[in-house]
Formats: sequence, structure tokens, C-alpha cells
Amino acid sequence: METILAFTSLGVLIVLGMGAFGTAIGFGVLGGKFLEGSARQPELAPMLQVKMFLVAGLVDAVTMIGIGIGMWFTLANPFLNYLK
Amino acid sequence: MASEGMTSNEYIQHHLQNMVLGKLPAGYERHGGDVLEHATWTLAENPQEVQAMGFWSFNMDTLGWSIFLGAVFCFLFYRVAKNTVAGAPSGFHNFVEWVVEGIDANVKDVFHVHNPLIAPLALTVFVWVVLMNTMDLVPVDWLPLAAQTISGNPELHFRVVPSTDPNITFGLSLSVFALIIYYSIKMKGLGGFIAELTLHPFHFDNIFLQILFIPFNFLLEGVNLVAKPVSLALRLFGNLYAGELIFMLIALCGFWQLPLHFVWAIFHILIVLLQAFVFMMLTIVYLSMAHEHH
Repeated sequence: METILAFTSLGVLIVLGMGAFGTAIGFGVLGGKFLEGSARQPELAPMLQVKMFLVAGLVDAVTMIGIGIGMWFTLANPFLNYLK
Repeated sequence: MASEGMTSNEYIQHHLQNMVLGKLPAGYERHGGDVLEHATWTLAENPQEVQAMGFWSFNMDTLGWSIFLGAVFCFLFYRVAKNTVAGAPSGFHNFVEWVVEGIDANVKDVFHVHNPLIAPLALTVFVWVVLMNTMDLVPVDWLPLAAQTISGNPELHFRVVPSTDPNITFGLSLSVFALIIYYSIKMKGLGGFIAELTLHPFHFDNIFLQILFIPFNFLLEGVNLVAKPVSLALRLFGNLYAGELIFMLIALCGFWQLPLHFVWAIFHILIVLLQAFVFMMLTIVYLSMAHEHH
């Protein structure tokens, strides 16, 4: 049981950490491109902003799925069912 | 939740449990010690009972709140549509018009075939998901406490945010998936639909090579197709589940709850609207991809 708990928490750690890493880089590049684009053509800034938020929702997606799965493993660990 | 001496773990576990109505098998031993004589339909008290209930268990709180919010949306928008006044409309009329025109503009940007179903579908998806997500902004304990007082059961589980339940998000995304397949077959024919799945992305003029590559194409395109509803559902679920969980964790803080709740709630408003918007835009984009010919 301790083994399952220990490895589950390490697994959740990796999922959350790598998700945060990827999302941070993704948002940084996205925001940078948006700033660059709106500096070149300021009149397009509102339209670009809408599209930026759309892509931001997509970039966040797999990270959020990872967070959901991580929290599920932490609080209602399904691997403990195999102990019986 | 009304009991004293609950650990923070128990608090979180209690709040993560839905109000599950299901059939426990005969001979099942409940927490109080009594053994069930016959199979009974009852509310689950802990996760083990939920598992014992199997597939045919109903999350009554999710069902109730999602139907209620859908009815609220339909009723409000119907009233506005019935009483349209040309000239100077009132505040709520203006708001509804703004929402409808905004979504219409978004649909027109992406969708180039004429289909009168798409814009109302996008409107429904967007407003319903926004209403469901906004339930997360109500303080965590208020509605469950009210439900416990009304029902007289101090151990009642009551989750008021339907989008934290993967059943609802998968219901939405599987309905969109069914529409994608329906419109793909309707616009391209069954042969065209299968051709699209088996002849892309590797396309050859030589027929032997083409037949050789059909399994690879089918695998790639199949994963692409199935990823659409799965990612739609899990994106919304993951965002809202994580948000609700952070609200619960902040509620455990004691004195520092108020500033933290305030800050997180403001950020969560953005997430609520953004996730509904992304869901709607992806629905429109997937349906427009289903309509296009090659």
C-alpha cells in the first residue's frame, strides 16, 4: 500500500510538473507572437486578441486534463482498489 | 459537513462526491453495519458504494442542475424573442441581442456552407456551458448546506457545478461527435466519408501502394477523429474540476480565505467564459470541417 501511494504521488508530481513546463513555454511563445503582431499592425490587435484567447484555451487543454487526472489519483486513488 | 472533527481530507472527499442514485445489490453491507436484504435503489454514501452500484447509477445533482440551468436559458431567451420591440430595447433585450449577434459573427467567420442548425447549436452550447460553469462561483459550502438543511440529511452529497462531472461534458461532446458523423455522411456520402478516413493523408496514384497504406491512414485518421470528442470533454472537465478543487482547498485555509477566494474567483471568471468559448468555437470548426468537400 505504501508503495502504491508513494509511486502515485511521484507520478502526479511528474504529470503536474511537465504540464506546467509545457504550458508556460506555450503561453510565452503565444503571447510573444501576439505582441509582435499587434506592434506591426495595431489595428488588428482586437481580432488577434480574440484568436489568442482561443489558442490559449487549446494550449491549456492537455495540461488541464493532466491536472484533473492528477487530482483524481491523489484524492480517490483508483490503484488502491487492486489491494483487495 | 455539519459534523465536528472532520479532517481536511474528509472535507475534500465529501465535497468531491456526487449525489449518486443507484441500485445496491442484495447482501451488500452498508457503513452503518446493516446488510441489505434485497437490491435497493438508494443514495450512495461513499465511493465504495458508488462503485458497487456499477454503470447504471445516476448523478442526480448533476442531472438536476444541468436541466434546471438549460430550462433557465431557454425560458429567458424565449421571453426575449417573444417580446422583441423594434426601436429602443431594454437592458436584457440588448444583452441577448449582443450575445446572439456575437455568436452569429463567429459562426459566419468559420462556416461557409448554409446550415440553419449551426448558429443556434453554437448559441446553446455557449450559454449553457457558461451557466453551468458560473455555478462554480457560488461559495463552495452554501448550496450543499442549504440542500442538507432542506433534506434533513447531514451527510448529503451535493455538487452544484455540472461541468465538473465528466458525464455531462462527455454527453455534450458525444452529441457533437454524433452530429459530426451525421453531417460528414450527409455531405459526402458514406463512401466519401470512408474514403476520407482511409485515403488521407497518404495518397498515391498507384493502386497497390494505396491499398497497402489504407491501414496506416485509417489509424491516423481514426485517432484524429476520436480525439475530437475526447479532448472536448476532458478539456472542459479538467479546467472546471481543477478550479473547483482549488476553491475547496482555499476554503480549508481558515482566516486567509477571503482574499484568496476573491483573487481566485476573479481568475476563474476568465476560465469560465474562455472554456465555454473554446468549446463553442471547436464545435463550429469541427462541424465546418465535416461539411467541406475535397
